[in-house]
Amino acid sequence: MFILTLIPIVMVISYSVMDNVIVNKSPEFVGFDNYIEVLTDRVFYTAVGNTLFFTGVSVVAHLVLGLSFAMLLNTRLLGTMTKALFRVVYILPWLFTVAIIAVLWRLMLSPNGIVNYLLISGGLIDTGVEWLSSRDTALPAVTFINIWAGYPFYMISLLAGLQGIPRDLYEAATVDGANSFKQFLNVTLPQLKPIIIAMAMLDVIWTTQQFALIWMTTGGGPINVTEMLSTYTYKLAFSRYEFSVASASAVIILLFSMVLSFFYVRHQKSRD
Amino acid sequence: MRTTKQKKLLAQKIGIIFPLLLGALFAGFPVFWMLVSSFKSNSEIFEYPPRIITENFSFDAYATILGDPVKVRFFINSYVVSLSVTMLTLIVAILAAYAFSRYEFRFKNPLNMIIVSVQAVPPITLLIPYFGLMVTLRLYNTYWALILTYMVFTLPYAIIMMTGYFNTLPKELDEAVKLDGGNAITALWRVLVPISIPGIVSIGIYTFMIAWNEYLFALTLTRTEDMRTVPIGIQLLMGQHSYEWNEMMAMSILGCIPVLLLFLFFQRYFIGGLTGGSVKG
Repeated sequence: MFILTLIPIVMVISYSVMDNVIVNKSPEFVGFDNYIEVLTDRVFYTAVGNTLFFTGVSVVAHLVLGLSFAMLLNTRLLGTMTKALFRVVYILPWLFTVAIIAVLWRLMLSPNGIVNYLLISGGLIDTGVEWLSSRDTALPAVTFINIWAGYPFYMISLLAGLQGIPRDLYEAATVDGANSFKQFLNVTLPQLKPIIIAMAMLDVIWTTQQFALIWMTTGGGPINVTEMLSTYTYKLAFSRYEFSVASASAVIILLFSMVLSFFYVRHQKSRD
Repeated sequence: MRTTKQKKLLAQKIGIIFPLLLGALFAGFPVFWMLVSSFKSNSEIFEYPPRIITENFSFDAYATILGDPVKVRFFINSYVVSLSVTMLTLIVAILAAYAFSRYEFRFKNPLNMIIVSVQAVPPITLLIPYFGLMVTLRLYNTYWALILTYMVFTLPYAIIMMTGYFNTLPKELDEAVKLDGGNAITALWRVLVPISIPGIVSIGIYTFMIAWNEYLFALTLTRTEDMRTVPIGIQLLMGQHSYEWNEMMAMSILGCIPVLLLFLFFQRYFIGGLTGGSVKG
């Protein structure tokens, strides 16, 4: 495993300072040229912006939905069986491969698809929208799909966290005259904070690396409006066969992830 | 007095059930739509307005998928790769976790650090070197290319979880085995492993899911149709001739059955094991 991760990282760094490797039989050392090429590419910055939007919106929405659903499922007003049934339904999106999620939403979001039908019937839009192939809606659409696919993971963890909050904390709050909103603010949130922070950090790391969903729904298009760092790098390597430039881009992503995971590890350490 | 209290409780119940149903619609409707679409004919899928329940319910799409050797091969490939990855990951993780949990050795801490940090390396960074490596090793477009790659992603988590599990088991267990004349290997396989079955099951399911669902490396490290896995197969259906949406939906249903079954049978282990890992870190 060692060999399988450390050597590749050394390899990718060395690729990134050569002129075109893999395609070229005897590559030469070119220094930082490939990095300059990536960093002066306008598409690269578009990809950075899209990745930030995609990740930011996804993580916040995952958290809000995950927490709301977890709190609904944690109610004491309903029977265990009812709750178990709802829990299975709520976890469903998480059990599907990205490939399946991608084709399913492509079907549902197609111009004659069910989503457009429902929106038109509800009077929200007049004509069918090409959600994934119009420039204005493609990025929000893929972000929405990612939100749908990703919230259950938060929900499961937060549900476990909610069940671990001692009941007497709420009872004490009730005695002190706190209403349910105050209880949520002063008991629930502080108790869940460690889980929330850990989940959000992991989610940021994962979402910035999302490739398959984008690749199979929009492929980064139309005209780069959904281009992410991962699809940008993939295209450099396997559509344009510029393995060295792609390696430079991959190293930049690696550095970015390292910074993120540094914060994650430090946060985890400080809790132990 | 009592009736107003009951009324209040009923109002509260409705206040919970209504958003619950709304959420269930959001979560479950797409899945329901996938299922009903898989029983339609392809022309019916594009009928407008869409039909919720099909008029000519049929298993044709399923029959087409299961009758096509190329598509059946996708499933065989996925099973071979995922099961191999799961078995190998579990064996290596159990041995490594045993060493981490029971012995002191040089480089233990740096090794541990490396295992933790490997998890944070983005797959896209490893993609290009792996592609180069697999071509050089002549493993490109083989099962081994996928199995080895997936293990890099599944092992760190498996080792960390397994070590945590073994750490909770008292050392007296091992010592008892040694007093009875057994060695470390008997202690591990005859005593520790059987007690750890719940942990092993949850790690095994998690590993299987990662391998079954993986897309990026399956796309890049295989080339010919007879080596493709299910996620790639579903995508290939999109490109082929026209869009056979009913077949795609049927293949998606077939493709998620293993994970769905695993989840339903082992729900308890699954959620417990996962949250234990993500929350405690």
